[in-house]
Amino acid sequence: MAERRSNFGRSNSRRVDRVAGVIVSVAALSIVALLGWVVVATLRAGLGEIDLPFLTTAPTRAGRGGGIGPLIVSTLLVLAIAMLAATPIALLAAIRLAERSRQDRPGAVVARSGLIVLAAVPSIVFGLFGNALFCQALGMGYSILAGGLTLGCMILPFMTVTAERALRDLPDDWRLGAAALGIGRLSYLWRIELPAAAPALGSALALGIGRSLAETAALLFTSGYVMRVPTSLFDSGRTLSVHVYDLAMNVPGGASRASATACVLIGLMVLIDGTVVASLARIGAGRSAPIRRDASRDRASRIGDRS
Amino acid sequence: MTWFGKRISFRRLADRAIEFASTLAALTAAAIVLLILAFITIEAWPALRDPGPARFVTDRTWFPLSGQFGLLPMLTASVLTTIGAVLLAAPPGIASALWVRYWAPPSLAWFHRRAIAILAGTPSVVFGQWGLVVLAPLIAAWGGSGQSLLTAVIVLALMTLPTIALASDAALGSIDDELVRGGAALGLGRWGIASRVVLPAARSSLLAGILLAAARAVGETMAVLMVAGNVPNFPESLLAPVRTLTANMALEMGYASASHRSILFVSGLLLMVAVAIPYLLATIARPRSDHG
Amino acid sequence: MTSPLRSFLPLALMLAALAGCRPPAESAGEAERSAANRLEGRLLLSGSSTVAPLVSEIAARFEAMHPGVRIDIQTGGSGKGIADVRAAQADIGMTSRPLKEDEQDLVAHRLATDGVALIVQASNPIPELTRQQVIDIYTGAIDDWSRLGGAALPIQVVHKAEGRATLEVFLAHFEIDNTAIRPDVIVGENAQAILAVAGSPGAIGYVSIGSAETEARLGAAIRLLPLDGIPATSDEVAAERFPMSRSLNLVVTSEPSPLALAFIDYARSEAVHDLVREAYFVPSTR
Repeated sequence: MAERRSNFGRSNSRRVDRVAGVIVSVAALSIVALLGWVVVATLRAGLGEIDLPFLTTAPTRAGRGGGIGPLIVSTLLVLAIAMLAATPIALLAAIRLAERSRQDRPGAVVARSGLIVLAAVPSIVFGLFGNALFCQALGMGYSILAGGLTLGCMILPFMTVTAERALRDLPDDWRLGAAALGIGRLSYLWRIELPAAAPALGSALALGIGRSLAETAALLFTSGYVMRVPTSLFDSGRTLSVHVYDLAMNVPGGASRASATACVLIGLMVLIDGTVVASLARIGAGRSAPIRRDASRDRASRIGDRS
Repeated sequence: MTWFGKRISFRRLADRAIEFASTLAALTAAAIVLLILAFITIEAWPALRDPGPARFVTDRTWFPLSGQFGLLPMLTASVLTTIGAVLLAAPPGIASALWVRYWAPPSLAWFHRRAIAILAGTPSVVFGQWGLVVLAPLIAAWGGSGQSLLTAVIVLALMTLPTIALASDAALGSIDDELVRGGAALGLGRWGIASRVVLPAARSSLLAGILLAAARAVGETMAVLMVAGNVPNFPESLLAPVRTLTANMALEMGYASASHRSILFVSGLLLMVAVAIPYLLATIARPRSDHG
Repeated sequence: MTSPLRSFLPLALMLAALAGCRPPAESAGEAERSAANRLEGRLLLSGSSTVAPLVSEIAARFEAMHPGVRIDIQTGGSGKGIADVRAAQADIGMTSRPLKEDEQDLVAHRLATDGVALIVQASNPIPELTRQQVIDIYTGAIDDWSRLGGAALPIQVVHKAEGRATLEVFLAHFEIDNTAIRPDVIVGENAQAILAVAGSPGAIGYVSIGSAETEARLGAAIRLLPLDGIPATSDEVAAERFPMSRSLNLVVTSEPSPLALAFIDYARSEAVHDLVREAYFVPSTR
C-alpha cells in the first residue's frame, strides 16, 4: 500500500484507479485460475466415474467398486454435529470477545491467543485428542458423534476469530444510537448487530464448513473407517475425505475413485455453501433493511460512478 | 464508549442471559484449548523426562530409533514454510477481497466467493496430489527431486489463500459505510478509498485473518507431507527437501511404539510453543492498539 | 446466529431420518444358511492402514455369513493396532510387520505376504542393480546414474519414514544402518513413493510389490527391478523365492475371544484368497 502524497487531481486519481483495478482484478482472477488448475485436474480424473449408482450404493472391493452412498450420509451427519456444536459456541464467544469494554482484559487476551494456538494444532493431534477424550474417556467409541465433536473443537477458532472481527468492526454509532433509544443488549444484538454482520458471519460459516468437509486426519481416529450407513450417532462412519485419503494412499488402483469422491466432496461444498451460506447473507441483508441495504446500495452506485 | 457498553449490557434479564451464555461459551473455548494443551503435555511427558528437553535442541539430526532427537531442523522448516506461504498468499488474498467488495460486478463477486469457498473445502489430499503430480515435476526442472521447501511453500500458500480471502472479505464487509461515504465525498477514487480508508480501517481485522491463516499453515499436515520431501535436515536452499513438525508426527505416529510416540508429541508441543510465543509477544508489545 | 441454526435443524432431522430407515443389510437366505454355526457379537479391529482395506472386505463377507456379527475396522497404523489390542480397545490388531521383541506378549497370525521391490522411473534404462550398487546409492556413495551405465542424471533416493514396515524389511535385507542413508525424499505410504518415483526421472525407491504391479499396470511410469536375479512379481513372492518380503498379520492377546478366533480362521482360509489377491497381496499358505 504505497502511501503516495495526496494528489487529488482527478485524472491522476483515475489513472491510479485504473491501474489498481487491473492489479486487483488480476490477483483475484489468478486465484480462481489456480483453483481451476487444482480442481479441474481432479474433475477431469474423477468426473467420468460419477453416476447415480455411485452416489447411492455402498462401496465394494475397498472402494474400487460400488459407490459412496453411506459415506455421504456419514459426512453430512458429522458436518451437522460439528456445526451444531461449534456455531453457537463460536458466536457467543465472539460476542463476548467483541465487547468493547472488555477487550484488553487479561482474560480476553489469553482467550484470543488460546484460539490462535488452537488454530495451529495439527489435525492429527486433534484426532488423537478426540480419540482420547470423546472415544475413550467419554465412552463414545469410534462414532459419528465423537468425530463431529472433535471437528467442532477444530473449527472453533476459525469461526470464533472471524465472527469476532465481524462483530467488532461494526460502527460504534449504532451502539450509541441503540443506547440512546433505550434498546436492550439482546434486542440490539438480534435486530441490528447480527443482521448487519450476517454476510461476514457467512464467511465464518464457510470457513468452518470448508474445513470440516476437507478434514481427514482428525476424523480417521474419531468417526473412523467403517463404510456402513450409520444407524445411530454412536456408530462409526467414514467420511468422504477419509475415503479420498484411503483410496489415494492405501488402495492400489484406487486413484480414479479417489478423484471421483473428491469431485463429490467439492460438489457438496458448492451445494452447502451456495444454499446455507449464501442464504444467510441474503437473510442478513433483508433483516437489516433500514440501515444496511440502502447504505450498501448507495456505496455500490457511488463507487460505480467513478470508474 | 466503555460506560455506554456497560449500561446497555445489564438492562434486562434477557441481556443477562446473553451475558451468561456468552461467558460460558468463551469459557468452553478456553477449556478446549487447555484440554488440548494438557493432552499434548501429558503424552509428551515421558519424553520430556527421558531423553529430556535439552536433547531435542542439541542433537543435530532426527533418528528417534537410533537415539537422535534433534527437532530444530523441523522447527526451522515449519517456520520457513509458514512464513513463505503467508507472504505468498496474503497479497492476492487481500486483493481478492478488495476486488470482490469494490470492483467486481455483483454476479462475478458471487461466483468468486463460491469459488474461494470451494478452495476452502478441498481436502488436503487433493492439494497434495496436485503438488506431487503436477507441481513437483515442474520444480524438479530447476534441480532436486521437486519435493522441496519451495513446493511446500507454494502448495501451502494455495491452501491458506481461501482462509485469508474469506477472512479479509469478512473484515472489509464490516467496515462502517460512513467511512467509505466520507472517502467518496473527499473525491477519492476506488483505489483511494481502498488504500486510504478501507485498508487502514480494517487493518487489525486483516491481521487477525492472516494470523489465522498462518496458524492454519503451521498446522497443515497431509499436503505438506506429500510435497516437502520430509528429510529432517536444515534446508540449504529453496529446492532442498524439508520436514515440518506436523509431517514428522503424521509420518511416524502410525508405526510408533510407546516411547517413540511420546517423543513425537514433543513435536506437537514445540509447535504450540512456536505459535504461542510470537503471538503473545506481539500482543504484549502493543496491548492497546487493537481498537478496530 | 439463529438463521443458520434454522437452516441446519431440518437438515439434521432429515439426516437422522435418512440414517434411521436403512434397509436390512443381509438377505434371509444367507441367515438360514449360516444358522448352523451361529456366531454373534461385535468385533473391533484396529491398526495398519495397509492391511485395513483388505480386512474390511474380508469382514464384509464374514458379516454376510453371520448376520449376528458386526465387525468394525479402524486404522491408525501398526503401532496403534498393537496398543489398542493391549489396552483391550480392540479385539484384533492389524500389523504390516512382524511382532517386535517387546511385543511377544501378543500372538500374530499371518494373513498374507507382501513383497518389497525396488522401483525406478519407466524411462530409466538400468536393467538391474547389484546388492552393493543399491547400498552405494542409498548411502550416497553413488549419486549419478552415469556411474551405473545410465544417462548423466542425479539419483533421487526415495526413502521411507522411520518405523515403516517396508523400511525395516529393506534395511534388514541390505544390512544398512538407517542413519547411514542419505535420502532426497522421505515418504510415508507406498502410493506416495510410487508417485514420487513416477514423477522424477532419476528417482529410485522401494515399495510393496502388489501396489507397484497394480499401479504400473494402470499406467504409472514406474518399473520394478529384479532383486538378486529374481523378477519382482507377486508370483515369485507366492513361490517364496523373492528375497524381500513382509508379513501382514492379525494380532491378538494370548486369550482372544472365540469370535475373534473364528474371524481369524476365516481370514486365513481359502475362502478369502480371492480377496487377498484382489488386494494385490499373496495369501498365506499355512
